[in-house]
Amino acid sequence: MSTLFLIQLLNGLQLGVLLFLLAAGLTLVFGIMDFVNLAHGSLYMLGAFICASLTFLTGSFVLGVLLAIPIVAVIGYFFEVLIVRHLYESSHLDHVLASFGIILIADTLVQLSWGPEGIAIPLPDYLSGQVEILPDIIFPTFRLVIISSGLLIAAGLYWLITYTRLGMLIRAGASNRTMVSALGVDISSLFAGVFALGAALAGIAGMLIAPITEATIGMGNDIIITAFVVIIVGGIGSMKGAFIAAILIGIIDTLGRSFLKDILEMFIESASADTAGPALSSMLIYIIMAVVLALRPQGLFPPKVR
Amino acid sequence: MNKQESIIKLDEHLETPTLFGFGRGRLITIVVMVLLLILPIAAWYMGNKFYLDFSARIVCLAIAAVSLNLILGFGGMVSFGHAAFVGIGAYAVGIPSYHGYESAWLHFPLAIGAAAMFALITGAIGLRTKGVYFIMITMAFAQMAYYFFLSLEEYGGDDGMTLWSRSDFGFLNISDGLTFFLLCYALLVLCVYLVFRIVHSRFGMVLRGCNSNEIRMKALGYNTYAYRLTAYVISGAMCGLAGALIANLQDYITADTMTWTRSGELMFMVILGGAGSVFGPVFGAGVFLLLEEILSAYTIYWHLPFGLLLILSVLFIKGGVNGLIRRGWRL
Amino acid sequence: MKKQFIIGALASALMSTAAFAENLKVGFITTLTTPAAVIGNDQKNAVDIAMEHLGGKLGGKPAEIVFEDDGFKPEIGKQKTDKLVQDDEISIIAGYIWSNVLMASAKPIFDANKIMISANAGPSAIAGKRCNANFFSTSWQNDQTPMAMGEYLNQNGVKSIYVMAPNYAAGKDMAAGVARTFKGEIKGQDLTTWPGQLDFSAELAKAKASGAEAIFVFYPGKAGGAFIKQYQQAGLKGTMDLYTVFSVDGISLPKMQAGNLDGVLGSRLTQQWDPTLDNEANKKFVADFKAKHGSYPSFYAAQAYDSIKLIDSAVAAVDGDMKNIEGLKAALKEAKFDSVRGNFKFGNNNMPVQNFYLREVVEDADGKWATKVISTVYTDHIDPHAADCKL
Repeated sequence: MSTLFLIQLLNGLQLGVLLFLLAAGLTLVFGIMDFVNLAHGSLYMLGAFICASLTFLTGSFVLGVLLAIPIVAVIGYFFEVLIVRHLYESSHLDHVLASFGIILIADTLVQLSWGPEGIAIPLPDYLSGQVEILPDIIFPTFRLVIISSGLLIAAGLYWLITYTRLGMLIRAGASNRTMVSALGVDISSLFAGVFALGAALAGIAGMLIAPITEATIGMGNDIIITAFVVIIVGGIGSMKGAFIAAILIGIIDTLGRSFLKDILEMFIESASADTAGPALSSMLIYIIMAVVLALRPQGLFPPKVR
Repeated sequence: MNKQESIIKLDEHLETPTLFGFGRGRLITIVVMVLLLILPIAAWYMGNKFYLDFSARIVCLAIAAVSLNLILGFGGMVSFGHAAFVGIGAYAVGIPSYHGYESAWLHFPLAIGAAAMFALITGAIGLRTKGVYFIMITMAFAQMAYYFFLSLEEYGGDDGMTLWSRSDFGFLNISDGLTFFLLCYALLVLCVYLVFRIVHSRFGMVLRGCNSNEIRMKALGYNTYAYRLTAYVISGAMCGLAGALIANLQDYITADTMTWTRSGELMFMVILGGAGSVFGPVFGAGVFLLLEEILSAYTIYWHLPFGLLLILSVLFIKGGVNGLIRRGWRL
Repeated sequence: MKKQFIIGALASALMSTAAFAENLKVGFITTLTTPAAVIGNDQKNAVDIAMEHLGGKLGGKPAEIVFEDDGFKPEIGKQKTDKLVQDDEISIIAGYIWSNVLMASAKPIFDANKIMISANAGPSAIAGKRCNANFFSTSWQNDQTPMAMGEYLNQNGVKSIYVMAPNYAAGKDMAAGVARTFKGEIKGQDLTTWPGQLDFSAELAKAKASGAEAIFVFYPGKAGGAFIKQYQQAGLKGTMDLYTVFSVDGISLPKMQAGNLDGVLGSRLTQQWDPTLDNEANKKFVADFKAKHGSYPSFYAAQAYDSIKLIDSAVAAVDGDMKNIEGLKAALKEAKFDSVRGNFKFGNNNMPVQNFYLREVVEDADGKWATKVISTVYTDHIDPHAADCKL
């Protein structure tokens, strides 16, 4: 039991860092530009597909990832310049609808370019094995790679936001957008840059998960809602909040999936637990979000000045 | 223009003194409503039954969109979980039917009541939040409802359930396509009229006041929370009615009806038609379904032009189809 | 604008019924959009090959297959079924990959006294309590294939298994099916969210911890590849043998080979058909399919091919009179056609009574990954729900 628990904790951590990569871009765009981007998941999908093609082209997964990251960032940049930029002044409602339209377009374009069946990305041998972390705790190498690269990126983002000029502008933007533009900062290139950064992060998340689940059409549409839950729980615009909430939700979701049924069986009869377990574990993250919103509408870690 | 102003902008074009609007807009509204009634019946007469069912679908979804418009267009509450009410209404028909209770006089009040109850509970919690947090909390509640119904294996779970016979109205036989269509149409007209009356009542004035300037309304001594909650419950109940109709229309009930993409579609119908105009959502539902039907007949890649239209309509058409009609088709 | 739309749509609808009046029409509903379209396309390809083999005719009359896309959603499938049912010239609607789409679409077809032919889905309800004289299947009943697997596991001396399947009708039927015949211990079972969940880390960790000897899974479509991959990455190959139903097929194998998922090689599966089955109809079908599309047909394709050949035999029997529903039903029940699975006959519930084979994933002579038949598990197997059917 305790071995299984530790492994599930690691699985939860892996889901958590993945969610963080998605949520980081989402919370930046939301916090700074006040733009609700449902289509953030499409960048995640594009990352996966582009990386798949490049992996087959170059014969190396690592090279595929390194080449795909700037491409996704550029796509994100043009996405901002062509569409998103014209929507900052509109209501959240318009954002939801326009980005919903983008999801439809992106899904269809991917189907037209890569076909409907999705792509399995082959991993090099040194990544596809398992590692014995502790005695009896054997874990797939690649999932460890996801965890460590996710944590590294998180650390990089922390540095970027805390110690660089760009980070300072981002922080300032998240807490008071009008003031930043009044101070003469070139807001439009800042926004485009932030958007491209968010796109790259989402793309990386897609590239990291694709060797596990394959690159498939619509892969972003399920996870994006979870990413929204993460940023709402963490507090919109807060990188720290996004990180903590992502890890928390990743772990809760994974543990819920694996243990909730057994826990319920202690209290109710087994047949009902079989039904209620999966239902409740799917609902878990939404329940958390509703509770957080009801008790603390601004999220757990809202940016300091608003 | 900031967010607050943009919502007021939505509010501007609802200073409609009459039910059908003025001049040209009024004429077109009446023509469209008449066509929506006449065309499917004509097609049915000529032996093409498909358009009767298709129009019934437009009408049912229009009721749902009209209900959403009450809170979204007039109350400024962007609910991203309205599909949950549709689903609850549908299951309120399906579950009693499964146990052999087929009376419509049970189904419909149950659908409306259950949806109202769900709206009361979720609204009471959700309305503590504002703006985008409200969007998200309504979505969260809808997802919970979705997973709840998904887990009911007795009632089909993931597979949904087939409604082997439609709700029994006694004197009305709604298994007949034409009768069913006429019933839906009559209910749509009733709902539109109801929303019109609500919006133009003292209650509606306060609701719109809360939307444009809540602080002022509070200062005037109104309990804005209670007003919003009441509107939310009315909207949910009306949407439950739409759900009960949709269950009968499809003869099939599935939890899929409650997913967030469905809520998004309802929102789109409202915006497409012009949020904050009483008839707007009816146009929106019609245009949405027609586009879907026509585009998907031409190509399996119809999501592409559809998505493009979505973006263009958000970028360039203010006030939706209804706004277009008002301005005489000028963009 | 809207007015013109309606009139235009109406006019085109009226015209389209008039234009093809000379052709005999059969409806075919499958999935042509979403990632699941890969299965629908395979079926469509097989239907096209069947029509080529028949010279574009059904029962000797020029014919047209009207394809509709169910969008992977029951209510869309139902709407499309309604549309086909309301076309007076269409008497037979075939296809249906998914059990939930089939169950949602059955009522309008039966109400209109038209004929439904499943080329894949076989939920227990339609085989048992809700069986109908207007329903025929060229596939199988959900329980049969996993039952054959359970039987084989017994023969092979497997003592304990762990069961994983998606949480929807077919998934539950598959899990129940294997439990019906398997005599060893089922150490645990996980039903995962469908179709969203593709990351099975938590479930695989549980399976591993359970200490079961083997793992039995049902993951159709894209989930199959994802599962095999994670099974391999979790290092379960060699410690927990893999037994699958409907998860590894002609569609997924080329992709698995491209992705180098050799965890699948040597895994065993049961099925009512295999590309290597030795009969004339099958050889011709497999050869022509490979020549045209460069890959082995999947079982979905084989069943779709059979459905068209079955319809052809029935249309010939009524001499092209598609209004003769009773005649069509009687002729369908006879099943006088050359099936790619060899002998073919219907049981009382109009489900096929057929053999089930044990297959293994191997590399074929050209180095392509494929399947071959190892043994026959069941001969003329009747599904367990046939007894509940009052036909």
